[in-house]
Amino acid sequence: MGDFIKEASNWLTQPTIFSLLSVALIVALVVFRRQLTTIPVIVAVFVGMTAYFVFAWSDPNFNKIITKPDNVPIIILLATVIFFTWLSLRRAVINDERIAKGEPTLEGELAKQKVFVWPDLVYSEFICLVAFTALLLVWSIEIPAPIEEPAATARTPNPSKAPWYFLGLQELLVYFDPWIAGVLLPGFIIAGLCAIPYVDPNPKGNGYYTFNERPFAITFYLVGFVLFWVAFVILGTFLRGPNWSFFGPFEYWDIHKLEPMVNVDLSTYFWVKLLDMPRPLNPWVRELPGIVLVLGYFLVTPALLAKTVFRTKFKEMGVVGYNITMHMLLWFALIPIKMALRWTVSLKYFVGMPEFFFNI
Amino acid sequence: MSKLKKISNSVTKTQLWRSVFRHGYPDTPRNRTLAVLSNVVLHLHPVKVRRSGIRLSYTWCMGGLTFFLFLIETLTGLLLMFYYRPTAELAYQDIFALREHVPLGVMREVHRWAAHLMVITVWLHMYRVFLTGSYKPPREFNWNVGVILLVITLLLSFTGYLLPWDQLAVWAITVGTNMARATPLLGHEGPGAALLSLGGLEFIHAGDDVRFGLLAGRFVGEGALLRFYVLHCVGFPLIAAGLMAVHFWRVRKDGGISGPL
Repeated sequence: MGDFIKEASNWLTQPTIFSLLSVALIVALVVFRRQLTTIPVIVAVFVGMTAYFVFAWSDPNFNKIITKPDNVPIIILLATVIFFTWLSLRRAVINDERIAKGEPTLEGELAKQKVFVWPDLVYSEFICLVAFTALLLVWSIEIPAPIEEPAATARTPNPSKAPWYFLGLQELLVYFDPWIAGVLLPGFIIAGLCAIPYVDPNPKGNGYYTFNERPFAITFYLVGFVLFWVAFVILGTFLRGPNWSFFGPFEYWDIHKLEPMVNVDLSTYFWVKLLDMPRPLNPWVRELPGIVLVLGYFLVTPALLAKTVFRTKFKEMGVVGYNITMHMLLWFALIPIKMALRWTVSLKYFVGMPEFFFNI
Repeated sequence: MSKLKKISNSVTKTQLWRSVFRHGYPDTPRNRTLAVLSNVVLHLHPVKVRRSGIRLSYTWCMGGLTFFLFLIETLTGLLLMFYYRPTAELAYQDIFALREHVPLGVMREVHRWAAHLMVITVWLHMYRVFLTGSYKPPREFNWNVGVILLVITLLLSFTGYLLPWDQLAVWAITVGTNMARATPLLGHEGPGAALLSLGGLEFIHAGDDVRFGLLAGRFVGEGALLRFYVLHCVGFPLIAAGLMAVHFWRVRKDGGISGPL
């Protein structure tokens, strides 16, 4: 039984299955939010997680990765994100039902009353403050902060990992070159976050939890934050070992584990496999199919969608807002597209011009 | 008049006491108002708030906790600065001494764990603000201030990560800053950098690109340590404090903590 759980865990956490399962979970959470946001569900989830943890604790490989001092925050992150996602959806479901009946939302009902900051707010702030001070002190006394060997620029540890909060981006390095994963995408995330209030044309759902009034916005943020940020941080921390190879939670971090790299550029697919001829020497000609594809993706798709599916959205948002949103979304969508193509047809680059460090 | 009342009066009716506390015990509307208005810390708050805005199940207290953790970081960081010297020979042994010999060296643990926690609380704060649609008008500007504060929080944590000067620190920063090599145009391994050259003379190379600017060198060395130290202890905290002032101010000016309009 124990071995079966361990092997199943190792199998389920492979990057492909881990990502697909995370997507399935988020879809299920959104679709069945009414059934999943009940109290027994969250209790079951936490009891299950605790039981799993207790079971896994005795396994030396699992224990080693979980008890690394800097990985403790990620356990906290996992637990809090699960709990607060559940809580917010629960309140959204309740509010949506109230709105459907024509009643004010939970927050709307309470907002009618005003209370004195002293004592009502000051007290809860004080309790939070004391609780967190206590938590921090206990945590600090129990778990010493990590200190490894003195810095040695000649000895590269394997794996070399960025601080844990950037491991989602480091995970993207599997699929993209550093100029996209490490520069463009973080830049677009920040720019996209800044743009959100200006491109969201929906005036509803201001100041209370709801799903029905902003289904697209909520789903988008769930996917972006829970899947592409938090789940990837967890994947990058716990499941990536030496050489950034994948290791299941119960797998020994064997430095000699080799993952075959047989990835193929789009240009090879086009010239060699489709046209059955050698790839042209001029890089621009060689990469023409990829360049056309990428330009088409970024320039034609928004226009096409504006004429068809997003006709009303386009009208609501205006030309500028629509284009900004679409470009952010297309960059965002490029991540799952590239991942899926890597898993299915081992695609390396759409456009591969190492001559200019220009690989997409 | 009971004895107890007499004793308490002998304290609270003195000129000394009254010079500090301008109001009586906050159990009447008037004194509760004064308690908030006449205290510089509490004065961050309005006198009254909507009941919806103080429910933990609505706010998750994440913004407040982030601010609290920032204060903890400031305090513990200040204490650590008495013991830590940011040079390649001394940094590691100073951090090690905090664990082994320095009284209350546990401050380093508090500093590190609170820093990790702060990253999480900032993310969750943003999560809550998004899910309740609290970035919508009139709060667009404050959302943007928040986005910049998020970036500053990550930068604070990132610059602090280098300071212990152990293998964990140096290689995490090496991996992180290696990305800057690939900055389009401005990194020496970035697309387009080769275009910035004139007659075979390259303007962007390993000795002057973005990464070199971040690290004050071609690799993570003493220059990077000093640079990160100054940014960590002075630069980013000052920016963060300034932006936080704007952030809190705008919460008040935009109609108080968000709630249904």
